[in-house]
Amino acid sequence: MRNAKVRAADSPSIFHALLVRVERFSAIPYVTKGVYSVAIAFFILIVIAPAIVGILAQLLTLPSLTLSASALARMQSAVGWSFVIGLAVSSLDVVAGIPLAWLIVRRRERWTTILDSLADIPFVIPTVALGFSILEFWNTPSGIGMIFGVNSLVGPGTLLIMLLHFAFSFPVIVRVMVGEFLNYRETFEVAARTLGASAFTAVRTVTLPILRPAVLAAFLLALARSLSETGATIVVAGAFENGTVFIKNARDAGLTSAVVIASLVLIVTSLVVFALVKIVTPRIRIAPLKVWPNLERKLSGGSAVVARNTISLLVFLVFVLIPCLFIAFPAIQAVIDGALNEAVAGVGPWRAFWSSMLLSYVVAILATIVNITSGLPIAILIARNRFGHKVTRIIDALVDLPIIVPSLALGVSLNFFWRNMGALPEFWVLVLAHTTITYSYFARAMAASIEGIAPELEETAKSLGALPLRVFRKITLPLTKYSLLSGAILVFTRSVDETGATSAVSTTLKTAPVLLVSWIRGSIAVTTDERALGIGFLVAASFLALVLLRMITFRQSKKK
Amino acid sequence: MPSISFVNVTKRFDRILALDRLTFDVENGEYLCVLGPTGSGKTTLLRLIAGLLKPEDGVILFDGKRVNAIEPHDRNAVYVPQQYVLFPHLTVLENVAFGPLARDRSEKEAMEIASKTLEMVRLAWRAKSFPNELSGGMQQRVALARGLASGANLLLLDEPLGALDARLRLDLRHRLRELVKQSGMTAIHVTHDREEAMNVADRIMVLRGGRILDHGLPTRVYTKPTGIFVANLVGGASFFEGVVEASTREGTRIRMRGGLSMTAPPGLLAIDEPIILGVRKERVRISSDELKVENNLQGEIREVRFLGSTREYVTRLTNGDVIVSRRFMEGSNPSFSIGEKVHACFEQRDIMIFAYPPQGLRKELEMV
Amino acid sequence: MPKLSLINISKYYGEIAALDNVTLQVEDREYVCILGPSGCGKSTLIKCVAGIIQPNRGQILIDDKPVHGVPIEDRRIGYVFQDIALFPHMTVKDNISYGLAVRRAPEGRITTVANEMLDVINMRDRSKSFPRELSGGAQQKVAVGRAIATGSHLFLLDEPLGALDALVRTELRYDLRHLASDLGLTIIHVTHDQEEALSIADRVVVMKLGRIVEVGKPSEIYLSPRSLFTENFVGETNLLEGKVIGTTGSSCIVELGSHKVGVTDANKRVDQRVVVSIRPEFITLTPRRPETGTGWEGQIKQATFLGSINRYVVAVEGEPDLTIHVPSISETGEFRVGDKVNVSLGQGEHILLFDYPEDGLEKEIALE
Repeated sequence: MRNAKVRAADSPSIFHALLVRVERFSAIPYVTKGVYSVAIAFFILIVIAPAIVGILAQLLTLPSLTLSASALARMQSAVGWSFVIGLAVSSLDVVAGIPLAWLIVRRRERWTTILDSLADIPFVIPTVALGFSILEFWNTPSGIGMIFGVNSLVGPGTLLIMLLHFAFSFPVIVRVMVGEFLNYRETFEVAARTLGASAFTAVRTVTLPILRPAVLAAFLLALARSLSETGATIVVAGAFENGTVFIKNARDAGLTSAVVIASLVLIVTSLVVFALVKIVTPRIRIAPLKVWPNLERKLSGGSAVVARNTISLLVFLVFVLIPCLFIAFPAIQAVIDGALNEAVAGVGPWRAFWSSMLLSYVVAILATIVNITSGLPIAILIARNRFGHKVTRIIDALVDLPIIVPSLALGVSLNFFWRNMGALPEFWVLVLAHTTITYSYFARAMAASIEGIAPELEETAKSLGALPLRVFRKITLPLTKYSLLSGAILVFTRSVDETGATSAVSTTLKTAPVLLVSWIRGSIAVTTDERALGIGFLVAASFLALVLLRMITFRQSKKK
Repeated sequence: MPSISFVNVTKRFDRILALDRLTFDVENGEYLCVLGPTGSGKTTLLRLIAGLLKPEDGVILFDGKRVNAIEPHDRNAVYVPQQYVLFPHLTVLENVAFGPLARDRSEKEAMEIASKTLEMVRLAWRAKSFPNELSGGMQQRVALARGLASGANLLLLDEPLGALDARLRLDLRHRLRELVKQSGMTAIHVTHDREEAMNVADRIMVLRGGRILDHGLPTRVYTKPTGIFVANLVGGASFFEGVVEASTREGTRIRMRGGLSMTAPPGLLAIDEPIILGVRKERVRISSDELKVENNLQGEIREVRFLGSTREYVTRLTNGDVIVSRRFMEGSNPSFSIGEKVHACFEQRDIMIFAYPPQGLRKELEMV
Repeated sequence: MPKLSLINISKYYGEIAALDNVTLQVEDREYVCILGPSGCGKSTLIKCVAGIIQPNRGQILIDDKPVHGVPIEDRRIGYVFQDIALFPHMTVKDNISYGLAVRRAPEGRITTVANEMLDVINMRDRSKSFPRELSGGAQQKVAVGRAIATGSHLFLLDEPLGALDALVRTELRYDLRHLASDLGLTIIHVTHDQEEALSIADRVVVMKLGRIVEVGKPSEIYLSPRSLFTENFVGETNLLEGKVIGTTGSSCIVELGSHKVGVTDANKRVDQRVVVSIRPEFITLTPRRPETGTGWEGQIKQATFLGSINRYVVAVEGEPDLTIHVPSISETGEFRVGDKVNVSLGQGEHILLFDYPEDGLEKEIALE
């Protein structure tokens, strides 16, 4: 069958011979199964188990935990509000995001591609900066209050939290829906129109029902982000408490029982809500067709479309884009005021700032490396069903866990596991916490990308005689390298951005966003300029990442 | 020694039986066409040979050696899928060189083999292009070249011409067979197109619902098919239900519906046995008067179909049955018009006799 | 009043003309097939009629009324898509009812029409199934039913049978044709399959590279086309290059490679470069015997049994190889590879003569 001899005369380098050896080694079934098993073991033991065990261990200490009546009441109210805000904001985001995504995909013009990139901005700006920016926009006389002649249009509290969550969950919806609309076979819609349906009717009765799973997924993602968000929420909450704010406050006050109980309640309720929504909604039968031809015809008309687009854009500008970018003003003001020199010199508070930036980046780099190496086999496993359907579904569900569970609550459990049970130093607890929190981003992105490669490509390569490692090197990797890069960048930015779990874990070490929260809240005294500039630096660094991400996806779409 | 042998090979997908105890041989250097409708198991068959699937039961042998447990990359068979699946990120030359490189040839050797094969398919001039820059026909040739250059000695073609325009298929199928024969490879070519199969095959194997219904030379499968489905699949025919009325040494008289009767070849049939008769379209002649043949059935022309080199006359007989006659080279005007009363004439020896199928004639003819 | 008028329709994508000055009229109740290779613009043309694409220039009139600016949903044209496009989230019955439901037709009427349609396509028992549970042929029937249920009279079919097995295609095309006649529909059916077009169309429109090459009845298109492209596209043919060396009133003598042939054609001049075309079924073969001096000398290079015909490739000295189709029931019996034969092109009544194309022969007949 196979000529097992390597033709030494034609192989120019030792590297080539070594590669061939490794390839043949990789073809041994035990070896491949071994690699996957190690990846699964790592995933279960290092990423998932600590979270679950931590939670369970805390559960066990429950009987010994006491909660005062007032604390209990506060907690119930806080957790309840988390869900109310989350569900309300996610629904609003879906309603506002879909028309914008539609506009971006269906009107392929210069300005809509720019719009596409702009819609990503809230996603890339660290939430701390977002929180501060929104605070400045809605709450200060130099913000939108200027137009109305008031000092503050919306003060810290429930409404401001909702405005914040609306803004940063918005890009999630737009991203998912843009992807779905691009992949959607427009023929269905055209078919509906040839049968007499106006454009509006066609979209309502055919396109959206077909895309229902995607809309649901986007909704759940937005909900997860809202429930999970800590840093910015703290900044804008003021005296109000939602679930995460409550936990943070309780932690600061040293009420460990309250912290543990609240995080448990938050985790369990999240899981229940997600499970419910995921299981119930697909089963809702699509109601028999009811159409109002005349009304829907008018809604398809030119003026209705213009009105819809204008409202979409206005909502996006006023409630998302401008509030997010508002941070630019105070930052530029700080530069004008000459605060830049001090900042660069590392004087005063800046010393702590730069060391926390360094910490943030080191942790992020480590978390990224770990996630890429361990996440790749898991991604392949999920995408290609390597271990059979049952195993794939379990791992698939587990990968989503760190996203569903609010990161602060997750942080509490992880801290419990690694610190109290594992006795690891704070730095490594930080790295492991970040690894767990950001794991899903890479694994999901890679899994989706590999799934997008027709299995026939790999099969054909195998049939032509290629060993598994060669198939991976020559076929899978080149076709997914862009996703690999963007996945890595996603993990990196998410880690730099992370406040929730980090606040739960850190006692002495402070990452940049955590430090900035204290700067904003005033627990560390800094000048307005210093605060603005600090946030400005963090934002600038993330912008670089966004630009890099855009360049990569642009090159990828060009190659297609 | 046959190049490939299947012995009682069974393949299941969950509960569905895709292939049922398949047993057959393919000779060395043979060009076998597997003909069957969608869902008959043809692709599953190829993938089993390629090693991309493992059978639940049975043995697959290459040159007499058992290969059930051997991985695709170690088998000497190359699978060419229906959609070609050219590697989009590699040039045409790199695509064709992939096989030799994977089989441990040096870069230089692999490129040489690839260039030579590209010349065989007349695409050397597009060596540096990418697959998405080529037309459908060109992509098909690159996919073929990639298979030919792979160094395997068994070529598995899954509907190789399926994605091409009808007229292009007419030209390319002969070239395909030529190139494969030139290379000396054994080929299994899967298709649902009977014309294609008849044009390129050394032998034809008919597959339906995971079972082999017939396997043999095109002439034999066409003139003496093993059953109604095969008869209908490999060539146009009209089928009639009937009952045996009398059986003599000169012939068998069959009673059909509505009092009509036919004279079939003599055979060992019991009186009152229900049977199915079939006549190929080209064996039926339409005439205003009776001809000197054993069967002259009266009827009326219901439809006239122009097919280019042939015309078909669909005639409704006096008992309601329908018979189709195919005539060649008639010119721009049909010989008969709709509504005309005619005779459908055919010889006794052109009648094919089949046992009455348990599920009835209509179900038996269904193209699944 | 023609049902549909297309006047000077042009559509550009950048520099490329997908449609170039297309003018066509379709009468009420006519079944027109638009035939051409991939990329010829046939799909683009019907998309312009439906309003899915807007032409850059030209006018479209339906029932003498211009449709420019009329949105898709108001044109009342039935459309059947190449990829079928049944709504996956609706049952068969809901799919069929969709057209009436979006017009807010009364409940009772919707149910009646839907049931009628289900009966017409013979799928009453699958009314509650979802598209993914049906075979390709069944899905296509539902798609047709869905379009017809809206009550339109003008239909555009975009390769409606393209996704189906060869045998299902041949059966379904006649069903489609009958449905159209029974319901009095006007149909424009786009296809790349020449046999499909010839067998069911009232008229065939041949397109190439965005232009209409020729329009005519099937027998005209096949037996006496005006263009070389049409001649080669609608069926296999033998093409021989030559030069006119003599003319006599209604015919002329053409000098080929090393033979001469007489052709009935009054329109050629001496010294004109021409292409001779003769279809495989019009060439006769007889065994070569010393006394028969007529015809060309040839030798059988390839012999393939195709069922109702035998296909021979004959090598003739000084000429390209000729492909010949002989009915398998012919009296001359069968030939084998190596047999010496006499090749006769007849009296010239089936030989067609075309001016030698300006851009060269290969480019003129190119299929992609």
